[in-house]
Amino acid sequence: MNGYNKNVGTTGYGDSDKMDGGYPLINGYAGKILRIDLTKEEIVKEPLPKKMRDDFIGGRGFVAKMLFDEIPQGTDPLSEDNIFLATTGPLTGHFLPASGKTHFGTKSPSTGGYADSNMGGHFGPALKYAGYDVLVLKGKAKEPRYIFIDDDVVEIRSAQKYWNKGSMVTEEMIKKDLGEDFQIITIGPAGEKHVKFSCITHDFGRQAGRTGIGVVLGAKNIKAIAVRGTGSIPLFDVEKAYKKGKEAYQIVFSKPGFKGWTPQGTAGITDWVNDVGAFPTKNFKTSHIEHSNNINGEAIINRLKITDKGCFCCPTPCGKYGHTKTKSGDAYMEGPEFETISLFGGSCFLQTIEDVAYANYLCDELGLDTISTASVIAWTIECFEKGILTCEEIGKNVAFGDLESIVYLINLIADRKGLGDLLADGVKIASEKIGKGSEKFAIHVKGLEWTGYECRNAPSMMLAYMTADIGAHHNRAWVLGHDMAGSAANVHDLITAGACAGKREKSATTGEQAAINVSKSQHTRPLFDVLGICRLQLMELGFEVENYAELYSYITGDNKTWEELMKVSEKIWHLTRAFSAREIPDFGRAMDYPPLRFSEEPVPSGPNEGHSIPRKQLDGMLDAYYKVRGWDNNGIPTKETLKSQGLEDVALCSMFK
Amino acid sequence: MKLSAINEKCSGCGTCRLSCSLENFSTVSPSKGMLKIEGLFPSPGKYLIHLCDQCGVCAETCPVDAIQINDAGVYILNEDECISCMACTDACPKGVMMTHKDFNTPFKCILCKACVESCPRDAIISVEDGDIDVKKMEKEIA
Repeated sequence: MNGYNKNVGTTGYGDSDKMDGGYPLINGYAGKILRIDLTKEEIVKEPLPKKMRDDFIGGRGFVAKMLFDEIPQGTDPLSEDNIFLATTGPLTGHFLPASGKTHFGTKSPSTGGYADSNMGGHFGPALKYAGYDVLVLKGKAKEPRYIFIDDDVVEIRSAQKYWNKGSMVTEEMIKKDLGEDFQIITIGPAGEKHVKFSCITHDFGRQAGRTGIGVVLGAKNIKAIAVRGTGSIPLFDVEKAYKKGKEAYQIVFSKPGFKGWTPQGTAGITDWVNDVGAFPTKNFKTSHIEHSNNINGEAIINRLKITDKGCFCCPTPCGKYGHTKTKSGDAYMEGPEFETISLFGGSCFLQTIEDVAYANYLCDELGLDTISTASVIAWTIECFEKGILTCEEIGKNVAFGDLESIVYLINLIADRKGLGDLLADGVKIASEKIGKGSEKFAIHVKGLEWTGYECRNAPSMMLAYMTADIGAHHNRAWVLGHDMAGSAANVHDLITAGACAGKREKSATTGEQAAINVSKSQHTRPLFDVLGICRLQLMELGFEVENYAELYSYITGDNKTWEELMKVSEKIWHLTRAFSAREIPDFGRAMDYPPLRFSEEPVPSGPNEGHSIPRKQLDGMLDAYYKVRGWDNNGIPTKETLKSQGLEDVALCSMFK
Repeated sequence: MKLSAINEKCSGCGTCRLSCSLENFSTVSPSKGMLKIEGLFPSPGKYLIHLCDQCGVCAETCPVDAIQINDAGVYILNEDECISCMACTDACPKGVMMTHKDFNTPFKCILCKACVESCPRDAIISVEDGDIDVKKMEKEIA
């Protein structure tokens, strides 16, 4: 069915940009917001507001602003009123290292609060070349549909033939139908069945995995979005931007990590994390495994890899596309990346990279976030071990390290069959319903399952998980290096320096130090999500941040320094907290605690044996963090802080004192 | 001199296409790049680089001789002579006689080598005729 286009401006921001064909010509940006109301089958294109650009820059900034402004308070995440955003930043699609990010946003089905999730690949650049910085989906389609975008032509099309199909099967089918030059995002059957940790898949193996972003598409009856963009993005100074882009690549090439880190990608950190005793093991019971050389980056290269697979304009591709063969099945798949290795190889205890890769493939095809899925499964197996869940309730005996058990549970969750119906709501809800003490080892914060680092001797990293705005995720602040090596060195330098063998002393990191480490990292890393590019050149290789500020100024004509850009990132941090505070009932300090296991059960073995972080110490860390942030004792932003951050309209909400 | 592709090195990042559009049209628009990357996924999981090796089939096909070889052995399309019959785009064995809605005529690689310089993987090289056996190189990498 064809939609129709209405070229109307509906924002009240009062733009003053130069106009081109009815839309502002904005250096660095595509210049338009594409809004689709699925209920009304209405397609509207709006100019990108100047004020939103000036105040929030792009990507995550646009997500934070639009979610706060456009979602009515108390909206059910799976209802028609929730919105789904696909955003890009001013640097997305430009000639610089790794400019291929897309940043999705919504009200989270996992936590009920702020949600965003981003992915690499080629979708974001295509959306910009098609002419759109932001895509907004609202309402709900009457039946399965997909969104077709071919530059100016935007249609809501039937997706009946793709429904019930796997994520990557769907992508292959749509590519066959539309052509190789379309960039496609899809959801799998899990998203259709409203599994709360469903993901988005793109380019046969890239995922926006966290916060249940895929289930929001499923709830709107949207199976896929296909984009072809053949336009151009205007630049402030083409010559300087191109020259600086070339220089930026040369700088990346000159970093030791270019040749050292790239071959294994994120999987290259596996041994280091295990050696420092931060490797999630058997549902985070302990933090060190003996089989890391069987599931590490080297194992991927030697046993799985067919080709490196790069995101748009990336010189250091972490995608390792390959083939795996196991007793449960064979598959082509991308990955596994570190998080999947640590959760399936450590927390679920799978013993070989082939088994980890197969679990990875199944999750990708069914449309499940590997991190949350593995966490829910590890919790289920521990419940079975402890007699909290029985063979009858689960449907079979399950065990850590047994691929058959893992495959069985993955399918159960994706189908929402039997116990899978409960597990599909996430480990927080499942443990609250099952009870019997299982909440203590349900490894999550705010309802989002924990990622790949065990932190009972890593106070900064623990605080990072506790205060991340989407729940227990590492990408807002990665400060394990501060805790384990006393430095903020890039990951390649950390890995090559190696880890001290043997027992580790209890970390001396104070609450104040942790608060400073975490808050700074929470501005740096999310800034990349604002700009619409990948942070790994900085984080893994040590590519200097000043390069980005220079590129930003040549591309946009806006001469903000890196420090000034960081101030915007800081403002966004307060806004995302304010959104969750507004949306989650009884939000506050109680939701910033990690599971009781980390306070009450010292690590039983490995390098960090005997260590834990008692509740009193956690409170000291939170006190210090809230003080740094200018939030009250319950972790709610104060009116004064919001005003000082330039969030006067947010400060007007009566809940902020 | 001509371009050669080492497909096994390609990661599909597309830097080559973007640099091509910047070098030749001063614009950020990979669809104006004069080469293509094809991904063979999910199986067998490989990339193919389609680029102009100055084979001259376009010139042979052109009914008005709008495509001529220059002293450097590069086939150049004269836009003033071109009648936009698109015979060359159909004939190009590599599928890299390009078209774009912004242009009235087809356009092609002029061997500027921006792709060679920008490829982070060294997957595109410029070679003298016969001085390198790319097929052999690909086998060695594989």
